[in-house]
Amino acid sequence: MVVLDSEFRVSDSGGGGSDRSNVAGEKQRAKRDKLKRRVQDNLLAYCFMAAGIACFAIFSWWPLIKGVILSFQQVNFVTDPEWVGLDNFKAIFDDPLFWTAWWNTLKFTLFALVLGYLVPFFMAIVINELRHFQGFFRVAVYLPLMMPPVVVVLLWQFFYDPGNGLFNTLLRGVGLPESQWTQSSSTAMISLVLVSTWANMGGATIMYLAALQSIPGELYEAAEIEGASIWQRLRHVTLPQMRFIMLVLLLLQVVATMQVFVEPYQLTGTTNPDTITVMVLIYRYAFTVNHDFGMAAAMSVLLFILLGVFSAVYLRLTRDKD
Amino acid sequence: MAKKFETNSAARSLISSTDLNRGKNRFLYFFVLWFLIILFALVFFFPLYWMVTGALKDPAEMVRTPPTFIPESFHPETYVKAWEQLRIAKFFFNTAFYSLGGWLIQVLVAVGVAYALSKLRPIFGRFVLGAMLASLMLPAAALLIPAYLTVADVPILHLNLLDTPWALWLPGAANAFNVYVLKRFFDQIPNDILDSASIDGAGRLRILWSIIMPLSRPVLAVVSISAVIGMWKDFLWPLLVLQNPEVQTLSVALSRLSTTGRVPMDELMAGLAIASVPMIAVFLVFQRSILSGLSAGSLKG
Repeated sequence: MVVLDSEFRVSDSGGGGSDRSNVAGEKQRAKRDKLKRRVQDNLLAYCFMAAGIACFAIFSWWPLIKGVILSFQQVNFVTDPEWVGLDNFKAIFDDPLFWTAWWNTLKFTLFALVLGYLVPFFMAIVINELRHFQGFFRVAVYLPLMMPPVVVVLLWQFFYDPGNGLFNTLLRGVGLPESQWTQSSSTAMISLVLVSTWANMGGATIMYLAALQSIPGELYEAAEIEGASIWQRLRHVTLPQMRFIMLVLLLLQVVATMQVFVEPYQLTGTTNPDTITVMVLIYRYAFTVNHDFGMAAAMSVLLFILLGVFSAVYLRLTRDKD
Repeated sequence: MAKKFETNSAARSLISSTDLNRGKNRFLYFFVLWFLIILFALVFFFPLYWMVTGALKDPAEMVRTPPTFIPESFHPETYVKAWEQLRIAKFFFNTAFYSLGGWLIQVLVAVGVAYALSKLRPIFGRFVLGAMLASLMLPAAALLIPAYLTVADVPILHLNLLDTPWALWLPGAANAFNVYVLKRFFDQIPNDILDSASIDGAGRLRILWSIIMPLSRPVLAVVSISAVIGMWKDFLWPLLVLQNPEVQTLSVALSRLSTTGRVPMDELMAGLAIASVPMIAVFLVFQRSILSGLSAGSLKG
């Protein structure tokens, strides 16, 4: 290897030095070689990217365009799709479930934010102060995220069982009134939020913890020397330092919870007006009740417009930070 | 217990060690610590314990009120029954096959794109990257319907990928997060190393295989773990594109089995446990890199 290596270099430099006489020709040849390399590199690069570009084009870029087209079409798979203008949108606006689904989704998102956004924040602050068993807390809180969502929901379905479920047994044990959990319209939504929060709070907690650990210790030290109490340090050091990550997580969570599907689908079904969400309604329009892909696409377009704004702000924020 | 809290200014946080060393605070600290340990164990570990041991009880004990916390009857064969009679084995191997295949394709595709964009720098490269990153802005939900129709009838080729692994693998390969993370990592690999390799006569493919890939092990691990976990956990998309029970994933099959009402509770519970075990095992083995990868990658994802 080493011998070959040095041989190669020697012959290379020797060849370069031998025809100094024809500088112009050499330059031109070098330029041509460079161009040739550039063309080769470009061809090669696009060969490397071909599979990726094809996947993105077919399964990401094209569906985006198709989704918008579809929302203006009537599709029945027998005859060609027919342009119907805004009829799909009119149809979904006229559907009373449309408003129910948005209202339920909004409720879910707000509940989930109260539980899933603030609880992890305080949890992370407390865990970060603990000098023992930090690993245990991290693993414990992140564990549910490793389980398939359907498994989590089915497991909680056992807990929620109004007859002999664990939760009602506990309530009975401490003398509190039992609840119907997912089966009563007043508690169904909060039951969904509880499962979802249990399953997903690990991600936010770990991200908060990482952010907390990147706060320079000198800031706390300086505040302490100035005589700031623990509460003042929390208020004037921790909170300002966490502002960015809190905003990012807020956006992420809104985007994620607005797309909630598994919990209502599995726990309360696609027909229950108490818990039908936007995603469940899209599913229902396309695959169960209406079999109308146009209506489903119209609903998706509305969801996309709403969430696109949040996603754009999120991407903007996180990219500026780099 | 008697050891004092040490002062370490680099790693200090809200509460300082001197705060903690004051008599009353020390007591409070250990009170909070143990309270939280018990709370976390109850909230996060107990459901798992309940699932694994629930499947061991006989059906009569399972529906008894009040429930038993330690199984009185002991039926490990429930797991065998679920594995065989509910055909959990089949769905388990389906899911494993989809996850491994999906992982391989995602890594191949993303490495190719990231290498080309980072080191070969083709014309319109920035445009391609931008278009890929733009897809991160799309909520998965918005693409559900048109992507389903695309998979049912792929444009130009007119293939129907429904009920085939490709319906999961190919859309999964259009993953901008992977491309972004890999490209950022490749950008940090100095070009000098690659130049000297190419002077030594190494071709572009050789450089990728023998220099870039070995250097990128940590970032490849991040991408791989997120690919496998994502595939294993996914529900809505497999629910749409795998409607034939023979090819379903574990999640979709469990959801379907739970609604038929003909499945014994203990076997269903065993199915749930079997479905969670592989990912939890992966997590316990790789927890360090998963947790640090999460906080490193998530902000940029």
